[in-house]
Amino acid sequence: MAISDDEVSAIARLARLEIKEQDLAAVGAGLGRVLEFVRQMDAIDTTNIEPLAHPLELAAHRRADEVLEPDLRDVYQLGAPQVQNALYLVPKVIE
Amino acid sequence: MSSYPETVAGIATALAKGEFSSVEITRHYLDRIAAHDSRLNSYITVCEEHSLNQAAAADAMLKSKDAGPLTGVPYAHKDIFCTKGIKTSCGSRMLDNFVAPYSATVSERLDAASMVLLGKTNMDEFAMGSSNETSYFGPVTNPWREGAVPGGSSGGSAAAVAARLAPGATGTDTGGSIRQPAALCGISGLKPTYGRVSRFGLIAFASSLDQGGPMATTAEDLALLLNVMAGFDNKDSTSVDRPDEDYTRSLREPAAGLRVGIPKQFFSADLDADVAAPIRSAISELETMGAICTEIDLKHMDLSIPAYYVISSAECSSNLSRYDGVRFGHRCDDPRDIEDMYRRSRSEGFGVETQRRILVGTYALSSGYYDAYYQKAQQIRRLIRDEFKNALENVDAILGPTSPTTAFTMGQKSDDPVAMYLSDIYTTAVNLAGLPAISIPVGFADGLPVGMQLIGNYFAEAKLLQIAHQYQNVTDWHQHSPSLDDGIE
Amino acid sequence: MEWQPVIGLEIHSQLATASKIFSAASTGYGAEPNTQASAVDLGLPGVLPVLNEKVVEMAVLFGLAIGATISNASIFARKNYFYPDLPKGYQISQYEEPIVAGGRIEIRLPDDHIKIIDVTRAHLEEDAGKSVHEDFDRSTGIDLNRAGTPLLEIVSEPQMHSAAEAVAYMRAMHQLVRYLGICDGNMQEGSFRCDANVSVRPLGESTLGTRTEIKNLNSFRFVERAIQFEIDRQIEVIENGGQIHQVTMLYDADRHETRTMRSKEDAHDYRYFPDPDLLPIEITDDYIQSMANSLPELPAQKRKRFVDEYALTSKDAEILCEDRGIADYFEQATAASSGNPRLCANWITGELFAALNASNLQIEASPVGPAALGVLVSRIADNTISGKIAKQIFETMWETGQDPDDVIAEQGLQQVTDDSAIANLVEQVLNDNPDQIEQYRAGKDKVFGFFVGQVMKLSQGKANPKQVNKLLKARLDN
Repeated sequence: MAISDDEVSAIARLARLEIKEQDLAAVGAGLGRVLEFVRQMDAIDTTNIEPLAHPLELAAHRRADEVLEPDLRDVYQLGAPQVQNALYLVPKVIE
Repeated sequence: MSSYPETVAGIATALAKGEFSSVEITRHYLDRIAAHDSRLNSYITVCEEHSLNQAAAADAMLKSKDAGPLTGVPYAHKDIFCTKGIKTSCGSRMLDNFVAPYSATVSERLDAASMVLLGKTNMDEFAMGSSNETSYFGPVTNPWREGAVPGGSSGGSAAAVAARLAPGATGTDTGGSIRQPAALCGISGLKPTYGRVSRFGLIAFASSLDQGGPMATTAEDLALLLNVMAGFDNKDSTSVDRPDEDYTRSLREPAAGLRVGIPKQFFSADLDADVAAPIRSAISELETMGAICTEIDLKHMDLSIPAYYVISSAECSSNLSRYDGVRFGHRCDDPRDIEDMYRRSRSEGFGVETQRRILVGTYALSSGYYDAYYQKAQQIRRLIRDEFKNALENVDAILGPTSPTTAFTMGQKSDDPVAMYLSDIYTTAVNLAGLPAISIPVGFADGLPVGMQLIGNYFAEAKLLQIAHQYQNVTDWHQHSPSLDDGIE
Repeated sequence: MEWQPVIGLEIHSQLATASKIFSAASTGYGAEPNTQASAVDLGLPGVLPVLNEKVVEMAVLFGLAIGATISNASIFARKNYFYPDLPKGYQISQYEEPIVAGGRIEIRLPDDHIKIIDVTRAHLEEDAGKSVHEDFDRSTGIDLNRAGTPLLEIVSEPQMHSAAEAVAYMRAMHQLVRYLGICDGNMQEGSFRCDANVSVRPLGESTLGTRTEIKNLNSFRFVERAIQFEIDRQIEVIENGGQIHQVTMLYDADRHETRTMRSKEDAHDYRYFPDPDLLPIEITDDYIQSMANSLPELPAQKRKRFVDEYALTSKDAEILCEDRGIADYFEQATAASSGNPRLCANWITGELFAALNASNLQIEASPVGPAALGVLVSRIADNTISGKIAKQIFETMWETGQDPDDVIAEQGLQQVTDDSAIANLVEQVLNDNPDQIEQYRAGKDKVFGFFVGQVMKLSQGKANPKQVNKLLKARLDN
């Protein structure tokens, strides 16, 4: 199963991964190999079978509406790449 | 080798009797790590000062008779569990500098039991791998053979326990990551029922499959460690709210009369003949012990790997989106703009296999492909789950090999992702179904350990541990340890 | 050609919880940047979401109030996209199986016609953080205090056909969520905002035209103006032979125009899938029933009851029911007014609203409580005081918080209703103003008013004006 360079680029763009021009073919081939392998699933008809998202099929428990979190901003921001005026900084985002 | 006991149970008993102190046994393991781990590379971080402080505190408790069952017993912790104040890398460059300001619930429980953290063990990056070769911190050597992989993703924990660089360790198992390295390193490992061990603070690979569990030399040690690790956690929505149990409670009950199902699919052409042989011997042994073994049929087994790779990759593609270089983790130098920052930070921070899985998962969820991949895989997941559920109505455990081969050579499968994925052929179905399963050593093939897997019904960990313990009572495969022929003792 | 606009709204209503939807951090507005962003809100590695039970309660209340179907097993999904103020790289939202499906709401159009608008669905989701662009030259700052704030997104059917209808719908929803106590409705703080989907088609055509989406409208005025602008723009484009493209737009309030933010080609592929960290939200029928039992009276029911029970005009009923606090105030005032609801309504919509406005207060914070106002009204009705004196008493009550009867007693403001006392005052005024009597008798009727004023003045406003009129007339015309 061949994945074209354009397809690889489109997926990489969605996933925000950088793939160099010269690597596109190799990545596409690896991807194609995996996708072809998983298409073994087509061997079986699953019409009308309800998808299973969680093995135990339980319901989520819920928490009470209470504020319990202390302000740990300074601790959290210790490991941040770039902080100024207590804001996480990123390159300019143009809306 | 020293005269210290090598098991969690043995050390706990000796500490309680005051035969040696926690500081002494901790020192002993730290020395062994210092002596051998530059070759094995099973630890990413060794926290000597922290360990000795914890050991001293444990000794004080032991003296004042405040101690719990495992107070002062050292352990190794997979570097996927967050530990407040100690680096948690998840085997990735992305988190090379990440120190969590919180601890995983499992870490907290181990702390509360006053166990002593020796360090954080090496692993495949974000737990994605079956050989520990995808770690940013380098591969781990299988202590049984230079140049052989220890399995993965909990390869560091498995190698550390096998090499007696820790009496017990934590691991996580998304598609076999506890059981397969346990098998390849000749130790015991248990993947509990999904929801039994909290996932809070366990860095996510595939949320509906990930489950933490213990790794040690014996089934009894697994039971003791699971007693500490397992329990309901209101910080994890998928944690199952049921009472704590004592997993050692039925260890001493005989295996006679237990029904063991053996799927014929587990002994197909994929299985190496020299791996099959020790498994068949183990089956005979169990029959001698009075277990009733019957052949069963799990028709959809062969679809478990494809379904597993689609689901786990889909979940991982989303789980790993938070690594964007904004709030923590790796950020590239001098980004041109926000898009450049995202793409370079992520491509620099993640290794090849991680990126491949993100791409596969992104593809499987993307518009136009969702039904054929993700939804199809979730439908197959139901078929597999139902099949196991039905089978487990008639048997107490399902038995088979853990891995189709023994430890393979480094580099042997790293060029072909599918070949690597197939080493999980017997393990992933268990995660899709959310069942508990254990791997224990049952012999050797060409000098390398062979592991046998027992799969139980939901919350039947105690039964699996019972069978394993009874087997280990009459065999000594679990007592074999590799000679670390590096001239250092 | 005549064109018919077609409008659907997606309203984002911030649920009035103390803590966030999946973390125990505060939802309080206006805190220092990032002080209310917990590890879960920041999307740090390994942390997990746990659902706030209050948001389920609020969503169910809302669903019941609009007659919707409540899902017994609602599912959270991940909406995947990268944006710096979206910490996890996905937003936890609902896609298939939203918590609320269907339902409808009554809206009142500017010409007083009532129209029913169907609701497609309402689902729970988390809000994103805030990007700060102004403070930096080459960077954007990210404040994640708002990340994880619970939202109920209410999606209408495309059944509105003018900007005014869209506003009426939004107002009705705004009123409803405040009635239910599930949203504070503060639009300036972004607690209640909407996206509008707008298209036009030739009148009589049944298929929909290509729509554009205007994002993030946070006032009724902007909704009206942005939609009207967009309708006009689309008609102009089509009439000039152009085509409408499916785009996402922003409304620039300063320049009063919509402009394109992104085209369909760069539309996101959100890759929705069930969030594996969150199991389905189980909602039992018993739970739904108990919520139904706690449902308050809704605006439409209340308006009808006010007209039936208190004989209010529909206009007054609408004004008083605008806000649950006002309606409650009215009912409490009426209960203390010895059966004078209409006079209470007049006083609330008149003096009280004016005073609240002048002091910029909500009715809950009024220094004159509903019982005190009711008593004041009853004193007017039983002629203890005149309406004019009552205004003076109200002012004192407003300033001092005193009871009306105490003010009346203290300042001796009881109305004089004794005929002989008033007759004396009349005599005095007539004696003092012989010239005016002559003018009056010479046919200058207007002078009568002068006499009334003088008598009232002499009584310090306390004389009953009706009696003053009667006695003056009798005295002058004989």
